[in-house]
Amino acid sequence: MPKTPDTAIIQIARNTSGARIVLDHVTKSYANQPVAAVEDFSMTAEPGELIMFVGPSGCGKTTTMKMINRIIEPTSGSISIDGRDVLSLNPHELRRHIGYVIQQIGLFPHMTIAENIAVVPKLLGWSKNAIGDRIDELLTTVELNPRDFAHRYPKQLSGGQQQRVGVARALAADPPVMLMDEPFGATDPITREKLQAEFLRLQDSLGKTIIFVTHDFDEAVRLGDRIAVLSDRSQIEQFDTPANILASPANDYVASFIGHGAAIKRLTLIPVTDAVLGPVSESSGGPITVCDTDTLRDALDSLVLTGLAALTVVDEARRPIGSISVDRISAVLGADVATPTVQASRP
Amino acid sequence: MTGQATGDMAVSYSRQPSVRGRFFTAKRFVTPVLVVLVLGILLLWLSSLQLDSIERRTLNIDYIINRTREHLGLTIVASALVAVLAIPLGIALSRTRSKVVRGIVLGVANVGQATPAVGVIILLAIVWQTGYTTALMALVIYSFLPVLRNTLIGLQQVDESVRESARGMGMTPNQVLLHVELPLAVPVILAGLRTSLVFCVGVATIATFINAGGLGDMIVNGLKLQRYPVLITGAVLVACIALLIDWVAGIAEDLLRPRGT
Repeated sequence: MPKTPDTAIIQIARNTSGARIVLDHVTKSYANQPVAAVEDFSMTAEPGELIMFVGPSGCGKTTTMKMINRIIEPTSGSISIDGRDVLSLNPHELRRHIGYVIQQIGLFPHMTIAENIAVVPKLLGWSKNAIGDRIDELLTTVELNPRDFAHRYPKQLSGGQQQRVGVARALAADPPVMLMDEPFGATDPITREKLQAEFLRLQDSLGKTIIFVTHDFDEAVRLGDRIAVLSDRSQIEQFDTPANILASPANDYVASFIGHGAAIKRLTLIPVTDAVLGPVSESSGGPITVCDTDTLRDALDSLVLTGLAALTVVDEARRPIGSISVDRISAVLGADVATPTVQASRP
Repeated sequence: MTGQATGDMAVSYSRQPSVRGRFFTAKRFVTPVLVVLVLGILLLWLSSLQLDSIERRTLNIDYIINRTREHLGLTIVASALVAVLAIPLGIALSRTRSKVVRGIVLGVANVGQATPAVGVIILLAIVWQTGYTTALMALVIYSFLPVLRNTLIGLQQVDESVRESARGMGMTPNQVLLHVELPLAVPVILAGLRTSLVFCVGVATIATFINAGGLGDMIVNGLKLQRYPVLITGAVLVACIALLIDWVAGIAEDLLRPRGT
């Protein structure tokens, strides 16, 4: 194996905070199957964007994702990262610059947590000191104390801790692109929610371009900058922001995928401050208030819980800044629906 | 704890208590104690007998040491050959996608083991020659399968997700094999090698039929000349060697098993 990666890979690697990924008419078909697994898939992910692929099992979303780091080779079409054709690069060197997290995590059981994280930096020939510093930094980032965890083996960690290590390992060489295949799918709901929140905070500071595959629409709404709703053969039914998809699903398929309670789900995306707040005097007071950093869903939750017509909205210093009522929440949704949205057309 | 050396080893393993468990347990010492006990009883019994001249010719320390050395030599060289040949073949076999090739190779190895060892060794002697090399070859043929099969299985049982993440992180196929698959297959491969070693100790007794020495000499002579002390000494020694080799291999398995698994 030659040790010198070609310049295209170096250029991809140098850009650590998000790269543009373009998939152009990508198709994957298998010789023994009459129908293609992925057919004519085109999409552009902007730098720093978190794109969710949502769809039922077997719709080809994972296959589509795995073609980006060439775990699966496309049959036709082209894929580029920052304008460089992925298919012309050495696949092994390419993958060292694309973070990869899978549902089963796949930590190496015979290596310590530190050794697991060190794999890619070692492949890239980093110095021992640089690797050691990076391990400490990453474990701290994913909220695992390096002193406690660096020398443990994967078996000695809980599922949630293992998945954090999985994310840290994928981030090891600071790749511009991350591919995540249902990374939180195997964890319990409480752990999952915690991991999602941590992950969002992490992404805010890192700004990687991330392709995130899930079958959980709520997760897609919670995390994604944009969501691609996929059907069979990885056909894009709609590709838009969570708010727009919830407000106006492109077709029945997307609507059925959203399921019931689309309005409630939309409320989770809208901060209280987006509503036109009423005067403080409208609220009848009481111990329960809504913070201005909450979402409209939190506000609705409190309204239902108290049974009051309106609640006081307070700022971080707990000074009242206005009031919120069910009518005012509905008004926000109405305004949102009226906004025209970009919709993908059915083929 | 017993003595400084074992104390040090125990310390080096106690770092991962929840994963590895204790290395030196009472169970570990059952085999050597048993062997010492059996050999002691044998010695006591032999010294209580009046040995005739035929018995004295074999039941003396030089003769026994020579036969034991031949026996161990055959066993260890055969097992080493098996390891050198069967492990690479197993790796190669695990890399091929062709089920036909895999089936054929495993089938041939199966025939080697299924054919009675006495038959193999005597047929080889008839078509080729008598002596050490032939006995060695028969032993290799006979104990090839466990190592081959365990290498194949050991590599196949590595978790698919572990393999995929290794690939996804940019390891080349050789790096995946060397850094991930082989280390994780070590326990299974060693178990195969252990089986082979024990097979060899037993089967090496028939090397005597083609004049290749070993403790089989004592057993066969004892039988033919109806000198039961000779026969029993030979048989007990073979059994003790098998037990001890199995014991040593068991320790090696525990020492070489990758940590964390």
